[in-house]
Amino acid sequence: MTIHTSIKKNAYYDSVTLMLLSRQLQELAGVEDVLVGMGTELNLDLARDLGLETGEFDTLTPNDLFIAAKIDEAQISMKAVEDAFNAYLNKSAESDSDEDYQPPSLSSAIQALPGANMVLVSVPGQYAAAEVEDALDAGLHVMLFSDNVPVEDELRLKQKAVEKGLLMMGPDCGTAIINGIPLCFANAVRRGKIGVVGASGTGTQEVTVQIHKLGEGLSQVIGTGGRDLKEQIGGLMMIQGFESLIADPETELIVLISKPPDPSVAEKIYQIAKSSPKPVVIDFIGGDRKAIEAVGAIPCISLEDAAQKAVKLLRGQEYEDFTGFSLPEEQIEQIVEKEAAKLKGDQTELRALFTGGTLADEAMKLLGDHYEIYSNIPLSPEMAIENLPEGRGHICLDLGEDEFTRGRPHPMIDPQTRTEFFESHVDEKTAVILVDVVLGFGSYKDPAGAVADSVREIRQRLSNQGKDVVAIASVCGTELDRQDLNKSITTLEAAGIIVLPSNAQAVRLTDKVMQRIMEKGAGDVR
Amino acid sequence: MSVNDLFKQELKVVNLGLKSFYSDLKSQGVTTVQVNWKPKAGGKKNMLNLLSKINKVKQS
Repeated sequence: MTIHTSIKKNAYYDSVTLMLLSRQLQELAGVEDVLVGMGTELNLDLARDLGLETGEFDTLTPNDLFIAAKIDEAQISMKAVEDAFNAYLNKSAESDSDEDYQPPSLSSAIQALPGANMVLVSVPGQYAAAEVEDALDAGLHVMLFSDNVPVEDELRLKQKAVEKGLLMMGPDCGTAIINGIPLCFANAVRRGKIGVVGASGTGTQEVTVQIHKLGEGLSQVIGTGGRDLKEQIGGLMMIQGFESLIADPETELIVLISKPPDPSVAEKIYQIAKSSPKPVVIDFIGGDRKAIEAVGAIPCISLEDAAQKAVKLLRGQEYEDFTGFSLPEEQIEQIVEKEAAKLKGDQTELRALFTGGTLADEAMKLLGDHYEIYSNIPLSPEMAIENLPEGRGHICLDLGEDEFTRGRPHPMIDPQTRTEFFESHVDEKTAVILVDVVLGFGSYKDPAGAVADSVREIRQRLSNQGKDVVAIASVCGTELDRQDLNKSITTLEAAGIIVLPSNAQAVRLTDKVMQRIMEKGAGDVR
Repeated sequence: MSVNDLFKQELKVVNLGLKSFYSDLKSQGVTTVQVNWKPKAGGKKNMLNLLSKINKVKQS
């Protein structure tokens, strides 16, 4: 094996394009390891960790593209790796409309697009704040998708946005729908009378999808970024969004979504809710129910429950906490019976592998105290995945977290990370696999197909030991999404995966199957 | 332009960064422009700091 570096000076490509290209090159025969990236400190560190460093690293700048590869020269030359890279790059460029004029800077783009009113920023975090500042100074609204933006910059930029009456959604804001246009990772949903402000990406996607499925639509969906409701930022963008929706004549009802805010921030939100002339539904996932009720807002027990309550309230119907299933209870019991019967006595463990962080968090909160679940986003520090005893126990992972996305695309963009976790973390002790399948703009072209392939492979592997496994999924998507909800459900069901209409229902079914295993005396599920 | 004014307008988007976001917008018929973005000053920190200082002086 030999290590080589190939450099293209002053050739800039975005990180997702390059990470997907790295994956394609990795599959070439004779390539043991490869990393394609811009010459940033982060990428160079990653290449060093992979043992791909050569002396040429010293000459790289963040404007230079590098291909670092460990290859078996008996099978492939570095020239062949470069040729493959160029071929893939040309192919990916062809699918984009490269003939369009691309101005070289934000200011020239604003000149080229008269009436521009929104700037999407997804450049590397260390460069993002300067671009956002320029956009706000030019009087434009901003959606900041980039992460790794310092909190001090976030505060300064949001203060400026509020001063100017502008949106500054983010950083790390994955989803928004403005004037019916989905931005970044959002689902295709109909327009309507419900406005949403969300501090959590997939949580917001799940609520908008459920509202659509129930037959209503969205006026505006405003993202804030996950840190907005922390004390340091003080909820500046949630307040800005909330007040805008109160003033918006198209919005008749408002839904707020976040993990539990800092108490001082929650109090500010509650005071606005108290004086809101429009009904307010709040899902502060696991938040303070009494405090929400005290200001006349409606608390929720799940993302799906938030959508249900919003729709019923809008229609003037009675509502209560939705704790059940869309299917009749009897049918659910039959499913539980049939699925649990597939398992042998020593199959007791849960493997919940999520691509959406909020969906993973909701799953653990809904499963509650019944189970000790180890996670990379644990509900309490002692349940951190590092503390998993000898690899045995229940596991729930958010595969979109930084530790799993270093140098590779988010699992919603590229299913490879989850495919690998299916291979490494599902074994003969697994009872139930629980997954989310997130459709929509930005997401992989066929996430259901990738999950179905993995489950088929696992079943094949387990069948050698005379075993099977229970697989449960929910699909966050609509029939209007390009991946198509119905097609995705059919794909999953063809692989013997039970598909529920929401994350909350998928989690409840998981709970029932796990409880049934315990009743069977199959072992200690705690 | 306030947020509520934005709600009444056609959305016109400048995209800096991931090209897939631009392609998604374009496929929906949204008026959008992709910036051929690369780090200013070759991405070198000391040069970026200098540029930022110059801009601040210009603004004041």
